[in-house]
Amino acid sequence: MADDNVRTTAPEAVTSATDSPSPTTSAPEAPASRPPRAGGRPGGPGGRERKYFRRKKVCKFCVEKIQAIDYKDYRLLGQFVAESGKIVPRRLTGVCTPHQRRLSVAIKQARNIALLPFGARA
Amino acid sequence: MRTYEVMFIVRPDMTDEDLDRLLSTLETQAGTAGGSVKSVERMGKRRLAYEVRTFHEGTYILLTVESGGAAIHELERRLRVTEPVIKFLTVRVDEEQARLAKLKEAQAARRRGAAPAPAETGGGETAAVTA
Repeated sequence: MADDNVRTTAPEAVTSATDSPSPTTSAPEAPASRPPRAGGRPGGPGGRERKYFRRKKVCKFCVEKIQAIDYKDYRLLGQFVAESGKIVPRRLTGVCTPHQRRLSVAIKQARNIALLPFGARA
Repeated sequence: MRTYEVMFIVRPDMTDEDLDRLLSTLETQAGTAGGSVKSVERMGKRRLAYEVRTFHEGTYILLTVESGGAAIHELERRLRVTEPVIKFLTVRVDEEQARLAKLKEAQAARRRGAAPAPAETGGGETAAVTA
């Protein structure tokens, strides 16, 4: 898994035509269209602490430009609710803060009107 | 005048005519209290996410009411004492709708002002050129 970008071996980072005999990691002389390291985008699962930005997960609502989150739309809301019924934190779903707040309100409204459960089914 | 959405659940073994009677009672009551029912939507029988008063299914009704706060208060009181209604939820939506309308206005104005209608005239011109 791409969890360490200390040493990327030549065949992966560099195109096969231009192979440098030295195994040290160095920027290839190939045109700078491809980053020298493949670890620019951490593909690890959420939960690993990273210094820099987590994977480029975007807010679904910002992308689709959904302004209002309706409590009646339980199918959409259900995507942000875990199996146990808990609201999934935004660091896992990638939702931005204002939308997460509205989403949270909508989920709680839906729970009150029995469209979503409060807890897992017994 | 505020706009509210009142969603309530009635027990699944309620007949249609009882339901009609209940809805018309609520409508007249809302009218006398100074409001108006904009729409009634019967969302049908649904399985509840959890057990409510020993029921696992219920018929959902959505009312959109335009009224003042006192009328809604009275409506809620009625719903609370009505036996077939097992749950209800009132949400105020006029502020949210106003916010959305304002956003849409701003977006439309921005689109009109920034680019001289690329969707309309630009498309028409290119279509004429290619045609």
